[in-house]
Amino acid sequence: MDLERFKVHGEPLIYGAMISIALATIGIIIGLTYFKKWGYLWREWLTTVDHKRIGVMYILAALLMLFRGGIDAMMMRLQTAAPELKFLDAQHYNEVFTTHGLIMILFMAMPFIIGLMNVIIPLQIGARDVAFPRLNAVSFWLFFFGAMLLNISFVIGGSPDAGWSAYFPLASLEFSPTVGNNYYSLALQISGIGTLITGVNFIVTILKMRAPGMTLMKMPMFTWSVLITNIIIVFAFPVLTVALALMMFDRLFGSQFFTMANGGMDMLWANLFWVWGHPEVYIVILPAFGIYSEIIATFSKKNLYGYTSMVFSMLIISVLSFLVWAHHFYTMGQGAMVNSFFSITTMAIAVPTGVKIFNWLFTLRKGRITFTTPMLYTLAFIPIFTIGGVTGVMLAMASADYQYHNTMFLVAHFHYVLIPGAVFAVIAGFHYWFPKVFGFRLNDRLGRHAFWWIAISFNVTFFPLFFLGLMGMTRRTYTYSAETGYGPLNMLSFAGAVGLSIGFLILVYNIYWSTRYMPKDTNGDPWDGRTLEWATNSPIPAYNFAIVPKVETRDAFWSAKQDNIPLYEGNITKIHMPSNTGKPFILGVIFFVFGFSLVFSLWIPAILSGIGILIVLATMSFDRDHGFYIPAEEVIATEKKLRGETV
Amino acid sequence: MKIDASKPLEYSTEENSNKIFGFWVFLGAEIPLFATLFTVYFVMVNRFASGPSGSELFEIGPVLIETFLLLSSSFTIGLAVHAMRLGHKKAMMVFMAITLLMGLAFIGIEIDEFFTYVHEGATLQTSGFLSSLFVLLGTHGAHVSFGFLWGVVIMIQLWRQGITPATANKAFIFSLFWHFLDVVWIFIFSFVYLKGLM
Repeated sequence: MDLERFKVHGEPLIYGAMISIALATIGIIIGLTYFKKWGYLWREWLTTVDHKRIGVMYILAALLMLFRGGIDAMMMRLQTAAPELKFLDAQHYNEVFTTHGLIMILFMAMPFIIGLMNVIIPLQIGARDVAFPRLNAVSFWLFFFGAMLLNISFVIGGSPDAGWSAYFPLASLEFSPTVGNNYYSLALQISGIGTLITGVNFIVTILKMRAPGMTLMKMPMFTWSVLITNIIIVFAFPVLTVALALMMFDRLFGSQFFTMANGGMDMLWANLFWVWGHPEVYIVILPAFGIYSEIIATFSKKNLYGYTSMVFSMLIISVLSFLVWAHHFYTMGQGAMVNSFFSITTMAIAVPTGVKIFNWLFTLRKGRITFTTPMLYTLAFIPIFTIGGVTGVMLAMASADYQYHNTMFLVAHFHYVLIPGAVFAVIAGFHYWFPKVFGFRLNDRLGRHAFWWIAISFNVTFFPLFFLGLMGMTRRTYTYSAETGYGPLNMLSFAGAVGLSIGFLILVYNIYWSTRYMPKDTNGDPWDGRTLEWATNSPIPAYNFAIVPKVETRDAFWSAKQDNIPLYEGNITKIHMPSNTGKPFILGVIFFVFGFSLVFSLWIPAILSGIGILIVLATMSFDRDHGFYIPAEEVIATEKKLRGETV
Repeated sequence: MKIDASKPLEYSTEENSNKIFGFWVFLGAEIPLFATLFTVYFVMVNRFASGPSGSELFEIGPVLIETFLLLSSSFTIGLAVHAMRLGHKKAMMVFMAITLLMGLAFIGIEIDEFFTYVHEGATLQTSGFLSSLFVLLGTHGAHVSFGFLWGVVIMIQLWRQGITPATANKAFIFSLFWHFLDVVWIFIFSFVYLKGLM
């Protein structure tokens, strides 16, 4: 076997990464062995089917990826901070901006959101679990091992280098002969299957498992946003599945889909990619809108203004999201008619989005506002996101786009949309729901510090990029000469990026500090919440609700507190729970081996692991474990303990 | 587990009816999957470079047999579900076995067809048209093959455990999958073969 293919040469940075990965792995193994935590890890986490724990693992993985993608970002900003820097070479820079985009969107923003929805959705709809708990674990492990597969590409074989959109012919074997884009097609495929399964799971959960009395129009806004998001997932992800499979066939088996000769068509890739890729933007942003709606209503002590228009605006956005994909390539010669159509549909998205912005503002109006950390992120989101939206409409004009296309202006635009739209939202949601999961709040003072660092530095980092774009600096440029005059603004942007890093480090320190020193919440409702997740204890017992709640109004918990409408009726009875299983984890591991073997065209291991996947699926089908019951007495005892009463 | 006797066995528990609904949602995802593959095929259909075109390649004989097999197997899986509702385990197993055997024969003919194409010099690598043809047919064929294995696993469970809410649920979901493959094949038959032969 040709071992040379596995090696990545040259850079001290890569050797550093190899050593740190090896050290971290050894450290984890020694640590787990020393503290005798292998059994605990296996029993409580790796085999869990509890939606809350799966959600926590999603969020942990997403936070890790935030730092991986963040380091990529820092390297890019450092490399371009001044003219003619030699920190990275061109190839390494290509790999860094490709993985930065991939990781931040697919392995950070989306899993963070899926993590929050895993934790919160069943609670918000008054359910004991998701519809298919074991499949939920399968989803997580496929995502996780897909992410790991992409991450090892940096040190084994080389990362993808054709941009996160992997345009052909750039991503073809001819122009990108390393295994990088094989990793791209397989890592995304594996985690994409996981995402699709999540989509199915949550659609069924939300439509079939709501508490009695919760009609569709009484669902909390976050649940609505997640429902619509998952419908988009189910319709968009199969397109990605096909696109990635065709890419794999082109690169591994020499088919002619996207080639420049023999009847291939490179624009086919661009179309397939963005038919999925544009809805993907809304997959990360709609749940964020849901999170903000919950936070604004809670901390303004008011009902959400315009609930119905909020729901309809999201539905309209979900339809439009599938009708705008060609705005990603106005300049690639598709003709005036096509450009006009996509220009108009793109601009139309601003209308329902504007409706939502006004709904939030009207909710704030005359509200009793408390400025907690999650609320600060929400309030910062509104103006920053609006800048992103307005520049988006500028880009939507096809004729004007010939000027902005492929410049830093575009980079500034989508960071102005995605960071307040998705990153601020998940951080806000993280602070907001943290006490529900762990039973104590994050420190508000440290939270505010992190917030100001992040919010201000964000603008310092990305606002200069608008001007750099208008000055003509193209994106993905790894270096430039001093005469261009791009230097000072790039330096400013780098300074902002340093500030952003400090903000995120304070955020992490806050988690550490709060875990050690914050007092326990006792009543499970630290923010005076409105929706059902606050109606159960914190931390949440395995069965979520001792008695399934009955819903009569929107914001059921709020009206239960205000008007004394009873949420719970009847007695505690035994509760059915699914048992843990190690098979989803094993399936993930085998998928990882399968993906890795295909990346390097190792056919025998690929075939063996492919058969392995089928065998695990078959044994999962033969499984006759129907779970177990928690006896009523045990439930009563747990409830008393969580409420602080002595048993 | 609560069993609701007023409903058919495959729907009789909450878990069961959720699984059936979930599978419908999954089939909802299979529609854009195949729709994308068809779109790719339609884009590629005239891009045969130096390779052969559809009309030079396709033969109606084997395709008609494939069509007959798959359509009949959709009928027999329906009979299997009917037998299941009446509680006839043996009849159900026989109909399922016939279904799977017809599926196997379908795959056999398709493999033979692929061999013939490759023998005539029409491979995945030859042209954009052939790449999209092989991937579209291959994806459908892979679904049928997976369905065959899945069906065998379900038959073993039926044989061991009899018709229970769990096995009935699995068999019913399998029948939905099998009917779906039939629908996809009708599109392949009409828009790939018949149109290609014209």
